Amino acid sequence: MAETRYVKAITAALADSLASDSRVILFGEDVARPGGPFNATKGLLEQFGPDRVRDTPISEAAIVGAAVGAAMSGLKPVVEIMFMDFTTLAMDALVNQAAKARFMFGGQCSVPMVLRAPHGAGVNAGPQHSQCLEAWFAHIPGLKVVCPATPADAYGLLRSAIDDPDPVIYVEHKALYGTKGEMPEPCPLVPIGQARIARAGTDISIVTYGAMLHTCLGAAEKLAAEGVDAEVIDLRSLQPWDEAAVLASLSRTHRLLLVHEAVEAFGVGAEIAARMADAGFDELDAPIVRVGAPFMPVPFAKSLEAQYVPSEARILEAARRVLA
Amino acid sequence: MKAPASGPKAMATMAAEEPSEGLRKPAARKPNRTAKSNTSSVAKRPAELPKDALLDLYQTMLLVRRAEQRLSALFADGEIPGFIHLSIGQEAVAAGVCQALAAQDSIASTHRGHGHSLAKGVDLEAFFLEIMGKREGICGGRGGSMHVADMAVGMLGANGIVGAGLSLALGSALAHQLRRERRVVAAFFGDGAMAEGLLHECLNLAALWKLPLLFVCENNGWSEFSPTSRQFAGSLEGLAKTFGIPYRRVDGNDVEAVALAATAAVEVARGGGPQALECMTGRVRGHFEGDPQRYRDAEELAQLPKIDPIPRAAARLRALKVSAAALQELSEKVDRRIEAAVARGRQGTLPDFQEALADVYTRPSTSPRAGV
Repeated sequence: MAETRYVKAITAALADSLASDSRVILFGEDVARPGGPFNATKGLLEQFGPDRVRDTPISEAAIVGAAVGAAMSGLKPVVEIMFMDFTTLAMDALVNQAAKARFMFGGQCSVPMVLRAPHGAGVNAGPQHSQCLEAWFAHIPGLKVVCPATPADAYGLLRSAIDDPDPVIYVEHKALYGTKGEMPEPCPLVPIGQARIARAGTDISIVTYGAMLHTCLGAAEKLAAEGVDAEVIDLRSLQPWDEAAVLASLSRTHRLLLVHEAVEAFGVGAEIAARMADAGFDELDAPIVRVGAPFMPVPFAKSLEAQYVPSEARILEAARRVLA
Repeated sequence: MKAPASGPKAMATMAAEEPSEGLRKPAARKPNRTAKSNTSSVAKRPAELPKDALLDLYQTMLLVRRAEQRLSALFADGEIPGFIHLSIGQEAVAAGVCQALAAQDSIASTHRGHGHSLAKGVDLEAFFLEIMGKREGICGGRGGSMHVADMAVGMLGANGIVGAGLSLALGSALAHQLRRERRVVAAFFGDGAMAEGLLHECLNLAALWKLPLLFVCENNGWSEFSPTSRQFAGSLEGLAKTFGIPYRRVDGNDVEAVALAATAAVEVARGGGPQALECMTGRVRGHFEGDPQRYRDAEELAQLPKIDPIPRAAARLRALKVSAAALQELSEKVDRRIEAAVARGRQGTLPDFQEALADVYTRPSTSPRAGV
C-alpha cells in the first residue's frame, strides 16, 4: 500500500491500459508532448510512442467524433477534453453518435471509448472552466458516467472504463489532482455501477460523489461530535448508479441527504431523491434533502466562488434539517 | 472563393483524372443562385471503362433507382413511417465511388444514404426490412432510413446529423492507419455540410495526420430547402487548397467520370494522405419525401431528366454494343430482386420492445433499471 496523488493514479491507469491492450490509444489537446494540461499524461508519449499517444488540434468536435469512428473500427480510444466545459463543442459526437451507435445499428457494433473530462470549481477558473456537467451525460441512454473521489478509485474506475465495451464519460475533479490517498499495489479494478461506503453509520445516509466526498466526510466527523453517526456513500458511478447500495443504506438510517457540487436543480441528486421517494418510501422517516450549487454560473472571484461551492457548514445545516 | 462550377463551360473544364492539388485557378463563375449549374449539360468525354465495369455500374445505379422509387411508393402508401430522403438522380456518385473501393474499405454516409448503402453491398432484403421497421432489418428496426449501417460490408452508417459522418470516417481512417492496413475510408457528405465547422476540422486533421480518407462531396446544389450558393461563401476546392489536400471535381452524373476519378483518388489515399472529390449532381426529389419543393424553379427541375445518369450510362452501353434486349433483361432482373425484397419486408416481424430496451448497452445487466 503506497500513498499516491490522484493525478498520478490516472497516469498509472492510462499506462497500464496502454501496456496491456494494444487497441488503446490516447489523444487530445496537448496530451502528448506537453504531457497534458494537468500532467495526467506525462511521460506516456515517451513510453508508448506517437502512434498511441498523440496531440490534436483544438478541434473538440472532430477529435471526439474521431474517437467514435476509431472505436467503431476496433480501437479503444481514450480522449481528453481539457475542461469539462468544452464538451459542449463535442456534444453531437457524444450524444448523437457514441451513445446511440450500438442501439440504432441493432447491436452491430459498440463504441468502446472513454472521454476524460476535468470538472469542478475551487481553482478560480471562472464560469467557463469550472462547471460540473455530469448530469447532462447521465441523462443520455447509451452513455456511462463515473466520477472518482480517491486515487484508488481514479485508477480502478479508469481501468474499468477503458475495458468497458460502451462509451464512458470519466469525470475527474481538478481540485483533487494534487490530493493524496492510499493506492494498493497492484490496484484493483473498480466495477462501474458500484458505490462504496466511505464511512459506515446508522443515523443518516449522506450520498455524494467526486470532490464533495471529502467535504461530506468532514461534515460527518462534526456530526459525530454532536452524537450523530452519519453514513457516507460515495457513488463513484453516476450512470449506472448503485440504487441497491443507496436503498440499503437508507434502510439502515431512514434519513437521506444528497450532496454534489453540480447545480442542485435538475441534478444527479434529483434523480436519486425521486427514486428513493418511490422505491424507499416506506423507509423514510424524514424528507429527502439535497445540497448542491446555487442556480448560477460558477463565479470567478475567490470570495464568490467560496460561497458558491457547497461547504461543510451547508451540509451540516442540511443534515440537521433531516435529523430534526 | 466563389461557389463551384457554373454553366456548361465550367463543367467542361472538369478533369476527372487530374488532381488540381487545389492549385488550379477556378474557371470564371457566375453566382449559383438556383443551383442550375449542377444540372447543366455536361462535358463530352471518351469512354474509358471496360464494358463489363460500366455494366456493373449501370446495374448498381438501376438497383438504387428502383429501390428508391419503390421506397417512395411504399412511403406514399403508408407502409414506411418517418422521413426518407431520396438520392434519385444522384446514383452515379454512390455507384462510381463504391466501385473504386475494395471490400475491406469503408464508407460513412449521410441522411441521403440509400445509394451509398446498396452500392457498398448492404443486403437488399435487410435494407428494406430495416426501412420498413422490421425486427429482421439490418439494424433491427431501430434506425430506419437515416441510420442504415452494415459493419460487415464497411458501411459505418447513414447519419441524421449533417456532416457527422465525416468525423466517424476520420476516426476509422486513423484506426486503419495505426494498424498499417492500407484500407481507405470514403466519407460522403452533401454540399450542405460545407458550412459545418466539423468539415473544416476534419480536413485539417486528415491533412495533418495524412489519413487514408477520401472526402466525397455529393454536390446537388441544395442545402435542405436553400440553394447552397446562399449558404456557403467558399468552395470545397478552396478549402482543399487551404489544407493542401488534392482535389478533383467531376460531373457527378457521369458514372464513368466518377468511377475513374474515385479510383485515382482512392489509389493515392491508400498510400496515405486525404483526397477530395467533388461530384456535381442534381437533386430530383425534395429534401425529404413529401417536400413539395415550392422553393425550386420549374426550369431547373425540367433540366434534370436531361442529365439523368442512368439513360446516359445506357446510351454509352448501347454504343459499346450492349443490346437493348440485354439492358431490358438486366432491368427486369433488378425489378424482380426489389419485388422479392419488398415481399420479404412485408413478411418481417415487428421488433420486440423489451429486446430493444435490453440492447442500450453491451451488457444488459449494466443497463440501469433495465425493464422499466
